[in-house]
Amino acid sequence: MTAATIAGHEVLVNDEGFFTDPTQWTEDMAPELARSAGIEELTERHWVVLRFMRDEYFAKGTGPTVRLLGKSSGVPIKELYELFPGGPAKTAAKIAGIPKPRGCI
Amino acid sequence: MDDRITKVSIIISKGSLEGVYPGLIMANGARAEGIDANLFFTFFGLDAIHKSRFEHIKVATVGNPGLHFATWAGGFPGVSGMMTHYMERKMERLDIPPIPEFVEMIADTGAGIYACKASTDLFELTLEDLVPQVKDIITVGEFYDLAAGGQIIFT
Repeated sequence: MTAATIAGHEVLVNDEGFFTDPTQWTEDMAPELARSAGIEELTERHWVVLRFMRDEYFAKGTGPTVRLLGKSSGVPIKELYELFPGGPAKTAAKIAGIPKPRGCI
Repeated sequence: MDDRITKVSIIISKGSLEGVYPGLIMANGARAEGIDANLFFTFFGLDAIHKSRFEHIKVATVGNPGLHFATWAGGFPGVSGMMTHYMERKMERLDIPPIPEFVEMIADTGAGIYACKASTDLFELTLEDLVPQVKDIITVGEFYDLAAGGQIIFT
């Protein structure tokens, strides 16, 4: 675990850059987190996914799998991969300030 | 980070449930990690992308010591169907999609899905017989071209 400064806030992240305490995350950190994940600009569609990731995390204690994202977030799988080319669940979790989902599917 | 895997080409050669899923899970998992993936179906693995067969992939209950029951018992009519039904129910609870949905999902992730020419010739199949997600029927040489620069996984 290391301290990182994101959008002027000091937060704790793990070796891979995932937040260890999701309550430290605020919306103004998302654009900077997105740029470090290779996404230049967050659109409203990205935000649909990011909000769903956080809602799922706080409801269930873990981020959703890509399958669940495709079924329930309102963004189909094809579009998810266009929005987050580095892998939707993983990249969106990083930008949304939640731990990496550990599902195999 | 230099030794990260950036591309995989996965061959699925078996037509049983336990023969098909590992390759599908690995291809889907690769895409979820941002790794490029191609899936190549050969021999009985083709059943997993065959329009009239991909909904009927069964667990092999004969000659499968992993099931821990006698081979003669596995040969009774209906045993394979029952075992398949049991596994499918367990997988659904774990959020593992059925094969038809999984193949569609993997195509949507941007992975390429291909069929082996030698096998489609052998079984007298054309693109028409295969699910629409199949991009093409390709030769082994074309497969190696596609796989260039990545890892090849045979299942």
